[in-house]
Amino acid sequence: MSTTKHGYVRPVDFKEGRVDMSHGSGGRTMAQLISELFSAAFNNEYLAQGNDGALLPMAEGRLVMAVDSHVVSPLFFAGGDIGCLSVHGTVNDVAVMGAKPLYLAASFILEEGFPLADLKRIVESMAHAAREAGVHIVAGDTKVVEQGKGDGVFITTTGVGVMREGVTLSGDQARAGDKILLSGTIGDHGMAILSQREGMTFDAPIVSDTAALNSLVADMLDSGARLRVLRDPTRGGLATTLNEIARQSGVGMMLHESAIAVNQPVEAACEFLGFDPLYVANEGKLVAICAPEDADRLLEVMRTHPLGREASIIGEVVEDAHCFVQMTTKLGGRRIVDWLTGEQLPRIC
Amino acid sequence: MKYVDEFRDGALAKNIAANIAREVNPSRRYHLMEFCGGHTHAISRYGLADLLPANVRMIHGPGCPVCVLPAGRVENAIQLAQTPGLILCCYGDMLRVPAAGGMSLLKAKARGADVRIVYSSADAVKIAQENPQRQVVFLAIGFETTTPPTALVIRQAQALGLTNFSVFCNHVLTPSAISHILQSPEIRQLGVLTLDGFIGPAHVSTVIGSRPYEYFAEEFQKPVVIAGFEPLDVMQAILMLVRQLNEGRAEVENEFSRAVTRDGNVKAQLLVAEVFELRRVFEWRGLGPVPYSALRIKKQYADSDAELRFNIPVISIADNKACECGAILRGVKSPQDCKLFGMVCTPDNPMGSCMVSSEGACAAHYSYGRFREAA
Repeated sequence: MSTTKHGYVRPVDFKEGRVDMSHGSGGRTMAQLISELFSAAFNNEYLAQGNDGALLPMAEGRLVMAVDSHVVSPLFFAGGDIGCLSVHGTVNDVAVMGAKPLYLAASFILEEGFPLADLKRIVESMAHAAREAGVHIVAGDTKVVEQGKGDGVFITTTGVGVMREGVTLSGDQARAGDKILLSGTIGDHGMAILSQREGMTFDAPIVSDTAALNSLVADMLDSGARLRVLRDPTRGGLATTLNEIARQSGVGMMLHESAIAVNQPVEAACEFLGFDPLYVANEGKLVAICAPEDADRLLEVMRTHPLGREASIIGEVVEDAHCFVQMTTKLGGRRIVDWLTGEQLPRIC
Repeated sequence: MKYVDEFRDGALAKNIAANIAREVNPSRRYHLMEFCGGHTHAISRYGLADLLPANVRMIHGPGCPVCVLPAGRVENAIQLAQTPGLILCCYGDMLRVPAAGGMSLLKAKARGADVRIVYSSADAVKIAQENPQRQVVFLAIGFETTTPPTALVIRQAQALGLTNFSVFCNHVLTPSAISHILQSPEIRQLGVLTLDGFIGPAHVSTVIGSRPYEYFAEEFQKPVVIAGFEPLDVMQAILMLVRQLNEGRAEVENEFSRAVTRDGNVKAQLLVAEVFELRRVFEWRGLGPVPYSALRIKKQYADSDAELRFNIPVISIADNKACECGAILRGVKSPQDCKLFGMVCTPDNPMGSCMVSSEGACAAHYSYGRFREAA
């Protein structure tokens, strides 16, 4: 019988502890953090394999893969945090391709000195978001940078999903006559972040709309409506997304300002800070372009889903060699809804 | 949103538009200048031109503080920002304004200058308090609206004994710019530009009141209607100007009576008078040197004057020869008359200052209205 004593391992101090350089060194401290925090929270058979990569069963059909980095500041905001945001962001990128998201890989860049309690909150929020979205976080990586060289936590997630058979959605598929649908209000995420940063308070606080859209997308695909394009208008907002699609498809668009919903506090915050909600980021909304005959049916399906209750038809695709996105204003005039110039908001996702 | 939606009501706008259409005299033209960038923005953002008869033409005036700041002053700010250890605080609009060689504060920032965007002058004071070892300069720009807050922080810095805070003052005055335009040869002699009336400033007038415009109405026989920045304000002001012109009147009328009085905000005026004094002359982009058109910090507050503290030189930089910003700011040309417009000069890569701020005539037309030429 061996006389070697099993060394006592002090549990990770998730109350007062802080990230130090050893958490990224590849040694015991790192291994302990991975097992006590990440593995415990994400807990699935693929991660439990404990190898350099996750061995996954081959899905039938076509794969979709997407990657998204998250550098939001503040890390915790009304309606979410960088953890759930990093799951939603990538799940949505995979979902709006028309695919069912299955797996995520997550890479963390931690700043020395970052409270472990906050890290735990973030990781648990990720785990919760992944469970809700029905995806597994199957691989991960952790690096630590010296104090002052990061901003708490940066998270990059990569997602893999399996494409629904017979579905092809692409930004170049919009045709003149198609209808443009939007799943709800715009600008909530960006203004939630910014109003918190600026210390602006409202009677009804602005809450980020961060959410996983895969079940809404699934319902929309189930409806049988002839969808051409799905996209989530994140950075750069609705205006940027529609300009991207218009350019890819070589078409123009005519929007109706009165059909585009903006929550009151978001509108107020935009007024104060001089922002146009059309350019403010969303993290739980999607734009759909579909054949005109199917628009009403699709709208009905979207409205029965909790994330599409305020969906509306916001405009039409038109022929236009200039690929202008235009809008009839509430006043009855017409304007261009142009590409975003410069940056509207720093570090929102 | 309360107190905002009321002034963006589509049905009311149509009503006013119908009144304008009914009352205009088809045999004459109505050339109206909106002085302020805020009005320019509202007109473009809401597509108000679509609601006006063809013989009512809006001419975009020079009331965009970013646009009228000459390249030399921008160059001064860039050099200041490159001073080791210095923090330059400015409003976000200033960042992309091009100076010599395409340099801007944004590019200086990417090369290591510490440039911070602030929403108010008070934020700059806070930054100075948080960084006692470093010089903090607030790049003050704007018309009479932003001048009182600058005066306030200069007084505050002195009261706090903040020795590391100073202001690079570029505040300019609206009435002198209007009279400069009205006295320009294009209007007085050459007849290149006919200006029939003015939409007077909104926020500026809350400070200075409606009285200063009485001189223009009287001396130049041009009607002035002071209007708020909401689209219905602008529509109503146009209707009021059309009525004055039809009746041969040239008076100052106040559409923005919910915020503007004849005397303005006397407390703010006194504050400004305590801290600032008139410059004999100041260069405006597009207008050139305009006498008594800007403010500088008074001697008793010299400690807070960045121009003195850092020995800021007078630099004069000519605009790109093909750039029509000057003529556009004077209302002589339209953005689409410029060869650079929409070609090498776009909001992403502005050559002239009118393309920088969303209140600038070129940027407003590019971002909101360029479909009109495409048709």
